[in-house]
Amino acid sequence: MFEGPVQDLIDAFRRLPGIGMKSAQRLAFHLLKAPEEEARSLADALIAAKEKVAICSQCFNVSEGELCNYCRDNRRDTTLLCVVEEPGDIVALERTQEFRGGYHVLGGHISPMDGIGPADLHTRELIQRLGNGEVKEVILATNPTVEGEATAIYLANLIKPIGVRVTRIASGLPVGGDLEYADEITLGRALEGRRDV
Amino acid sequence: MPLYKEQGIVLRTMKLGEADRIVTLLTQGSGKVRAVAKGVRKTRSKFGARLDPFTHVDLLLYKGRDLDIVTQAEIITSFREIRDSYDRFAAGETILEAIDRVAQEHERSVRTFMLLLGALRQLAQTDEPPVVVDAFLLRLVALAGFRPHFSACASCGTPGPHMRFSVAQGGMVCESCRSGAAVRLAEATPPYLATLMDDHWSADAPDDVRREGSGLVRAFVEYHFDRPLRAWSHMPR
Repeated sequence: MFEGPVQDLIDAFRRLPGIGMKSAQRLAFHLLKAPEEEARSLADALIAAKEKVAICSQCFNVSEGELCNYCRDNRRDTTLLCVVEEPGDIVALERTQEFRGGYHVLGGHISPMDGIGPADLHTRELIQRLGNGEVKEVILATNPTVEGEATAIYLANLIKPIGVRVTRIASGLPVGGDLEYADEITLGRALEGRRDV
Repeated sequence: MPLYKEQGIVLRTMKLGEADRIVTLLTQGSGKVRAVAKGVRKTRSKFGARLDPFTHVDLLLYKGRDLDIVTQAEIITSFREIRDSYDRFAAGETILEAIDRVAQEHERSVRTFMLLLGALRQLAQTDEPPVVVDAFLLRLVALAGFRPHFSACASCGTPGPHMRFSVAQGGMVCESCRSGAAVRLAEATPPYLATLMDDHWSADAPDDVRREGSGLVRAFVEYHFDRPLRAWSHMPR
């Protein structure tokens, strides 16, 4: 145990995910040794993030204001809507520079075992967004895990009757991977989704 | 024996750190096992879909102090039919959750494993997932030592048929043994549930009998396992 403020700092770090006692101590002593500005800028960044970051009222991405920058950007294609599980997935999709449509963050996936059903995600808001007929295609980009697939199937069953085109992102072999190491499910999907060249 | 071979069915997965997952499995010879699968969340992981829930896998595990480590996994059955249908998936989650609640870590139970495998095989081909779940849950409570009585009185053994069912007393009860909480059942419900428990994975019955039976199975399982089944209410009917 250290004296008051030092121990408080260590305890605060320890509450963060993936940080144990030793890492917390290392971080705390790094900050104690560092110039005061470094500590102040970290503190300011934390406060600013907590105060300014909100959830976009349209797509549920993290944002700085009422709407996130993808929802504010009027150069984006509003007829395409991509549904993802978490805000982090948007960043991954944006890196591809292939997609210029809008997003909708569900906030997770259906997981009955954990008591999470469709009503616990932003499902209702998604259906409401499709109400005005502007969106022509919904791309389901949930994770290719059992729960992510189940969520995609559930949403597809819900959206199709509205008359909007529903597509699922392809799954198959990762680029740069080796065919012989692929598992049956992945390789089966890759064969199923093959296309003419 | 630091390395051991085992076959198992994946019950659930939990994120761990950057790219790992803790996988909970029911194995044939070592009971419930919790193991770390390193790097599974990366797209180029050697495990791919091999460690997703419902998958029946052949494993090579490294014995750890608290958690084991998965070093190799090969699919025996992928149960794609369950993954590809929402109704079967939601029903299957109830099955996996119940097993996760009952099975003890490193406590070998081949019968529990065979029951799970059998239930998943049935689920993969059924058009009525909730009925398979009811049959499974009845067999699971029976295996755990809480076999419900559907004919003779659960308390005094007087031969049936009786009209009331008591969750706490363990099944049908006669008029002199019944407590206040015993509920009156439709005549067809006890034989229907008995068939699901001992004979077939499905049985013909009117909708109201099925509904009554399902509600009863849930109440019975939750009472005797002393835990709610969270996935149950998410099952489409």
